[in-house]
Amino acid sequence: MTTLHPGYNFAYLDEQTKRMIRRAILKAVAIPGYQVPFASREMPMPYGWGTGGVQVTAAILGEGDVLKVIDQGSDDTTNAVSIRKFFEKTAGVETTTETARATVIQTRHRIPETALQEGQTIVYQVPIPEPLRFLEPRETETRTMHGLEEYGLMHVKLYEDIATHGHIATTYAYPVKVNGRYLMDPSPTPKFDNPKMDMSPALQLFGAGREKRIYAIPPYTKVVSLDFEDHPFEVNKFDKPCALCAAEGVYLDEVILDDAGGRMFVCSDTDYCETRRAEGHRGEMLGEAPAFVSREPAE
Amino acid sequence: MSALTDDLPLLTVDRLGKNYGSRIGCRDVSFELYAGEVLAVVGESGSGKSTLLSLLSTQLQPTAGAIRYRMRDGSVRDVFELSQAERRFLMRTDWGFVHQDAAQGLRMAVSAGANVGERLMAVGDRHYGNIRHAALDWLGRVEIEADRIDDAPRSFSGGMRQRLQIARNLVTNPRLVFMDEPTGGLDVSVQARLLDLLRGLVADLGLSVIIVTHDLAVARLLSHRIMVMRQGRVIETGLTDQVLDDPREPYTQLLVSSVLQV
Repeated sequence: MTTLHPGYNFAYLDEQTKRMIRRAILKAVAIPGYQVPFASREMPMPYGWGTGGVQVTAAILGEGDVLKVIDQGSDDTTNAVSIRKFFEKTAGVETTTETARATVIQTRHRIPETALQEGQTIVYQVPIPEPLRFLEPRETETRTMHGLEEYGLMHVKLYEDIATHGHIATTYAYPVKVNGRYLMDPSPTPKFDNPKMDMSPALQLFGAGREKRIYAIPPYTKVVSLDFEDHPFEVNKFDKPCALCAAEGVYLDEVILDDAGGRMFVCSDTDYCETRRAEGHRGEMLGEAPAFVSREPAE
Repeated sequence: MSALTDDLPLLTVDRLGKNYGSRIGCRDVSFELYAGEVLAVVGESGSGKSTLLSLLSTQLQPTAGAIRYRMRDGSVRDVFELSQAERRFLMRTDWGFVHQDAAQGLRMAVSAGANVGERLMAVGDRHYGNIRHAALDWLGRVEIEADRIDDAPRSFSGGMRQRLQIARNLVTNPRLVFMDEPTGGLDVSVQARLLDLLRGLVADLGLSVIIVTHDLAVARLLSHRIMVMRQGRVIETGLTDQVLDDPREPYTQLLVSSVLQV
């Protein structure tokens, strides 16, 4: 445990605020998929950087927790590094990149490839919590629709996809129905990750800072992706395995290599990819680092 | 026609009234509407006909009176005592509402096919092929070419939008349709075509229609019965031809005689 920065309360937020957020979380867990309003605070980062997720993480974090933060599956991009440092500084908790070791995982738009376990909590950063928003701009109306379970409109969106593209072209923020009741936006995760939400042993919490909403999926809750009988839900498929670790059946990112059409597909989950490479799996484009490059990153 | 032989009224309106503060929106309106019947409500601007239509379609709460509706299962219910969920379900299955401005009744940003299919999806249809087939069928019935099914109504002419709105409403086979000046804002030849189409659909489907209009020609062409309103009250009611050919009330006489003869 690193030394706590003096002048901050544990995990930045004051205790009253954390209690308020915890109450919202409890309500959200009690009504799976229901968007609970909460008094979102100003955070020392701009909206869109995960202020909702950070507040949820701050409210649930304890001194013994091990935190992992990912951004598009990656542990080492700006957003992930900043949030990890933020909690190192204000809460002094241990951080990790290993999915299996983490007790709290804050994520922007991915669910790790390593299956989550009981006792783990995953916190999603949500930009727009209302799945019906782009179809129905009135908040009063969408609340009525949730209240009366009128979700036909969501299928209008999927119909439009098929009519325009020949298949359901929504690839992220793919709407799901939670526990047979509430329609929910799984935040802009790729639809590849939707099946991982279903009956997950981990607690899933969603925080939207700007929109001031918290919602949740308790462990072992049914999560069904919407579809049509004759156009069933399908996850993204990739032609090739990961170019670095040869993993199949994982979500891949496209990396442009040059301006002549060169590209490679690599695991979006960097921790998963590194673990596999350490185990000796080799993708077709994995090279050897020159001898002067240290193989172990400095801790 | 079997629908006409139904001996119970579909809709019973009993001394319906609405006040806006001390002003009268409409007062003491009573009538019965039977299955397959078309009722026109005519009157000048401010006569209370729009208020009446809003009350009938439960968009406004009345200050007096009651509306009873015979549901599909045969039970007669006071529409203002239905739960919000039941009322909204009624609005998108057994009832239809055709707005004067098609943009109010359509989703302008989604395709014509999705506009027609929305009600089907709202009542639980989850088969894309069936929804598409129903949409194509209905577009054909309102004379919209099949190749426009994936176009947004933004790209449609005024007359086409109005026909699309009608298809969108009729796809769930409603028994009662409210129409608010459906031909308003259209030019005369387009109006004539729309009226023709409406007349055919109403007769084929045995629809009950309450149509609000200030255009007596529309009332003449479409309706069986007519109700003349003035200052929030119904001043004359009867068979359309009878009222228009032989108006009894001085105001109705004035209304009929003020129509330009070409």
